[in-house]
Amino acid sequence: MNKISKGLGSVQKLGPVLGLVLITIILAIMSPNFLTVDNILNVLRQVSINAIIAFGMTFVILTGGIDLSVGSILALGSALTAGMLASGMDPILAVLIGLLAGAIMGLINGVIITKGKVAPFIATLATMTIFRGLTLVYTDGRPITGLSDSISFQMIGKGYFFGIPFPVVTMLIAYFILFFILRKTTFGRGVYAIGGNEEASLLSGLKVDRLKMGVYSITGLLSALAGITLTSRLNSAQPTAGVSYELDAIAAVVLGGTSLSGGRGWIFGTLIGALIIGVLNNGLNLLNVSSFYQQVVKGGVILLAVLLDRKKAA
Amino acid sequence: MKNTPIVEMKNIHKSFFHVEVLKGVDFSLYPGEIHALMGENGAGKSTLMKILTGIHKSDEGEIDYKGEKVTYTSPKDAEKDGIAVIHQELNIIPYLSVAENMFLGKELKHGPFGLLKNKEMNKKSQEYLNRLGITIDSIKPAGELSVGQQQMIEIARAIAADTEVLIMDEPTAALTDREIDTLFKVMNQLRKDGVAIIYISHRMEEIFKICDRITVLRDGQSIGTKETLTTDFEEIVKMMVGRELGERFPKRTSTIGENRFVVDNLSHEGIFENITFNVRKGEILGVAGLMGAGRTEIMETIFGARKKSGGRISLDGKELTIRKPHHAIKAGIGFITEDRKDEGLILGLSVRENLVIPNLKTFSKTGIVKEKKEKQWTEEMILKLRIKTSGPEQEVKSLSGGNQQKVVFGKWLGIEPKLLILDEPTRGVDVGAKKEIYSIMNELTERGFSIIMVSSELPEILGMSDRVMVIHEGKVTAIIDREDANQEKIMEAATGGVRT
Ligand SMILES: Nc1ncnc2c1ncn2[C@@H]1O[C@H](COP(=O)(O)OP(=O)(O)OP(=O)(O)O)[C@@H](O)[C@H]1O
Ligand SMILES: [Mg+2]
Repeated sequence: MNKISKGLGSVQKLGPVLGLVLITIILAIMSPNFLTVDNILNVLRQVSINAIIAFGMTFVILTGGIDLSVGSILALGSALTAGMLASGMDPILAVLIGLLAGAIMGLINGVIITKGKVAPFIATLATMTIFRGLTLVYTDGRPITGLSDSISFQMIGKGYFFGIPFPVVTMLIAYFILFFILRKTTFGRGVYAIGGNEEASLLSGLKVDRLKMGVYSITGLLSALAGITLTSRLNSAQPTAGVSYELDAIAAVVLGGTSLSGGRGWIFGTLIGALIIGVLNNGLNLLNVSSFYQQVVKGGVILLAVLLDRKKAA
Repeated sequence: MKNTPIVEMKNIHKSFFHVEVLKGVDFSLYPGEIHALMGENGAGKSTLMKILTGIHKSDEGEIDYKGEKVTYTSPKDAEKDGIAVIHQELNIIPYLSVAENMFLGKELKHGPFGLLKNKEMNKKSQEYLNRLGITIDSIKPAGELSVGQQQMIEIARAIAADTEVLIMDEPTAALTDREIDTLFKVMNQLRKDGVAIIYISHRMEEIFKICDRITVLRDGQSIGTKETLTTDFEEIVKMMVGRELGERFPKRTSTIGENRFVVDNLSHEGIFENITFNVRKGEILGVAGLMGAGRTEIMETIFGARKKSGGRISLDGKELTIRKPHHAIKAGIGFITEDRKDEGLILGLSVRENLVIPNLKTFSKTGIVKEKKEKQWTEEMILKLRIKTSGPEQEVKSLSGGNQQKVVFGKWLGIEPKLLILDEPTRGVDVGAKKEIYSIMNELTERGFSIIMVSSELPEILGMSDRVMVIHEGKVTAIIDREDANQEKIMEAATGGVRT
């Protein structure tokens, strides 16, 4: 039974992958430009930013929470890093401080949620506005340009690694580290346990508050990482960067089959979910579908995926 | 008893993921009888009832109701026909009021727009509750009630409908003696009215007190049906486990050592006050009292799941500051909670993941889980506690009630606690498994561990405790040595009698 039920589980899990394959096939038939190496690398690069954020979102959602502030953390992390670079700081140091700032913003979310006992939706809705406001204050509402011409910083967004765009490499490294954390560490176990039953987890001796703070910090760090990648790619920091990115990230997580009520899900699904969104965006662009309709299609796909998932669960 | 059965189940088969859990079960029920369904944990009792009420579909077999073949596709269908169920696991929506819970899905409405007749529903539910002899305010949120009270709401809900067949899956597991008495009165009344009752319980005394006939299932097969008057305890147990079980309580030879755990004047305003007691090395301290006396709250406070407003706790002469459960665990205290579904288990996770949670430190190095060691230990635990499961990866949600309880028990054996607090440790556990749990308790105390056992089952308190502490309305009313302990003394103290 064990083997069989496990097998059944993996059939269920194949859903998102099948969806991705199906969409890819349809787009490949409809647009000859779709399935070319250049375009695929292009899609992957576009996907990487959302995927990196969505990985963090997976952790948050697995604990039964949500993080709406990721886009604002991305913007503030990006602005801070850009500001430091523009003032001539060593690029590596600037990036590290930028990442740290992201982690701290995430930690602030975690503290508000655990110590302040504020629902994650409300807490991050508030910090989303606060961090965005701080970004506007810091940048005075204008883009920060004239960053460093350091090669190593340029690499992050624009470089290639054996022909693979650097952001994609970043995404894959993040994926493997996070996959490992989720699957192989006590921290990852705790994430699933809290989402499954917080009360029982607490009574089993898990340090629930600390775990949650960790989860939000990781998400903050990843959002800043996405922000820095974006900054390097555009060679500037935009105060309005990352607006509504939280929605794409949540969509990727949900498309990947992770339950919004927590406790169930996997990071591989999120990777596939992000790819589905990326492939759709790219394919619809190639097909010259107006961006207005694109939104309708994207929303429709998400709805369909969730409905199919429901069916299987029943 | 009339001559035609009201329910007849024939040759029922059911498999989950290719594991056959019912292998051709026959079962018939007559109007006006109370019919016990017995069997070990995982024998298939609940599954059989879920098939009868349309929650599961049988793979093979037939169900006749009042002489006609029926196939229900949902419990609602069955309820319409007059078959009501009180499930083993509570189904109460905490934020809704008692009345709202009782009328859930069958609300009384005004006219075409379906406006709710709230007043009438509140009044009616109050009537039903009064009929059961329960004093609960029907407009109170159900979540504020104790587990026992919530259970009574379910019972009231079931008999409020025009019920001809009433299925009770371990209804008394969370009830106090007084509540059970009330329940039995109600059941007797229903029997007189011609209602047929299927009664599932692991409490032998109750079965012999209230039931007319007993059907035993073992490993998904019907072993036989006996008249209660012509059978006895031993025969039924033998039918259930397939062998002689011997004494119900293993012999307890305690070697009690020095003082180990001291609770001094522990208080929590409005719930309990000035709780002072000690537990010695190798001792089992039984904690008796009525439901709502504050026993669980005291234990939760010791464990750091609640804040105390005063008092001190020390272990091995060292004073402990426990603010969170993990502090208690670190100090060597384990806690088996009374409500396994909400507090004990993470239902969506596997047996392995649940067993390992309090022990993650043991099974990891610098935060990385040692999967091989973990798996090995899990398999040992499954064998040791005889958890009936298809393997370490089965979701605990799909285990039978008693086996879920064994998983909760197993969780804490891994941390090798100096003090293990058990709150209703054998609730819903079959006779054989109970004995295994008692043996484990004996083994632990022989190894020098101390145990606090909160229990509402007096035979268990008397059979296993070295001393009995009785709580009444948040105060210690008696601490009685094993030799002096008896049912009368405990009940007297539990209802507020004098200190002995
Ligand atoms: N939904 C399910 N999926 C898989 N297995 C299940 C499911 N429901 C029950 N089982 C299995 O079927 C068997 C019978 O379970 P059931 O709940 O009927 O036992 P029970 O006799 O009611 O036991 P208990 O006295 O412990 O309540 C168990 O081995 C259980 O693990
Ligand atoms: Mg059962």
